Amino acid sequence: MNMVHAKERELRALMIRGLDGDSAAHRALLSALSGHLRAYYRNKLVRAGRGAEEAEDLVQEALMAIHTRRGTYDPAELLTPWVYAIARYKLIDHLRRSRSSQSNVPIEDALDVMAADDQAATESSLDLTKLLTRLPEKNRLAIRYVKIDGLSVVEAAARCGISESAVKINVHRGLKALSAAIAQDKRNEHG
Amino acid sequence: MNTDELIDVLSTNVERVDTGKVSRTLQIVIISGLILALITGIAALGVRTDVRDPSAFGFLVLKVGFGVAVVLLGSRYLLKHVRPGGETRSWIFLTTVPFVAVMALAGVSLISAPASHWNHMMMGDRWLECLLSIPVIAVVPFAVITWTVRMAAPTNLTRTGALAGLVAGGISAVAYALHCTDDSLPFVALWYGSTIVLCTLAGALTGPRLLRW
Repeated sequence: MNMVHAKERELRALMIRGLDGDSAAHRALLSALSGHLRAYYRNKLVRAGRGAEEAEDLVQEALMAIHTRRGTYDPAELLTPWVYAIARYKLIDHLRRSRSSQSNVPIEDALDVMAADDQAATESSLDLTKLLTRLPEKNRLAIRYVKIDGLSVVEAAARCGISESAVKINVHRGLKALSAAIAQDKRNEHG
Repeated sequence: MNTDELIDVLSTNVERVDTGKVSRTLQIVIISGLILALITGIAALGVRTDVRDPSAFGFLVLKVGFGVAVVLLGSRYLLKHVRPGGETRSWIFLTTVPFVAVMALAGVSLISAPASHWNHMMMGDRWLECLLSIPVIAVVPFAVITWTVRMAAPTNLTRTGALAGLVAGGISAVAYALHCTDDSLPFVALWYGSTIVLCTLAGALTGPRLLRW
């Protein structure tokens, strides 16, 4: 238990620094969370009688949700229950979309999500380049310049000929649209 | 796609995020919803003409107070529920307090009146108008609240939808109270109470579809 509490303190500190605009802390947070999420999803999917390979899709969906919705984290609260709620929500959504009878995921101790760690990443079935082509051009370009090519917001704004705040908005909306596109795909896939 | 690639994308040029914005936006939207409902109510139904009468004014205050209590309690829990995991450790049943209170008052007022008056005390003159107006006026506030909640991240969509419906219903009751001339506690308990419950149920039923993210 102590290890889990130490983990909570460490990850929460990273989250708070990330919310403040610290890219390195945010990267460290997402890397650490990806291991916990992977272990959590593999365990749950196997229990629901599903293949563990679906886990990587879910890990990535959860990471995108954590990133695009991080404004909903209240820094006065613990981080683990917030992450757990998102992880569980995405799991239920996934099971429901794929018409599994097992969409009733019991609420467990939120600390469960931090209990195990699995760093053995695999490829997900998501294709970022293909997904990006479906976004509106202004959002696609903003994500490409700022998030993939690593240009600063100032440089990207100059290249697109728009204001810096417009670039930020385009990136944010683009990432949200990307999350939505992934969810939409899955719904269609499973009819 | 490899997960590390995704992490690279997400953690390049990370922006500062304002974690108070979710609550602030929702509060502003709830107040705007109330203003919209008041304008709709006043424009479509008008304000009762006998507000100078002390008894009528007293009932007006009571009905507005009931609606405001519903809105305040509902908003308090709605603000929690829009954040992931907000549904845990949340005493949501406290939102029933205004309903229980008004029902208790209605009971007392029925007991202290002769049985021959009961029918009129409960049905009033315009129960049908109340039954229709409160859900109809609630539509616009419900729409703007739902639209805002979608931008947050509720993880219990049925409960969050119910709370959105409850707040919209309470807002609508405040707007209708300005017009309503049925001055009896049993009327308020029965018709205000049931129409707000109706809005809450509608929210609970539509929540899982409308609020999905």
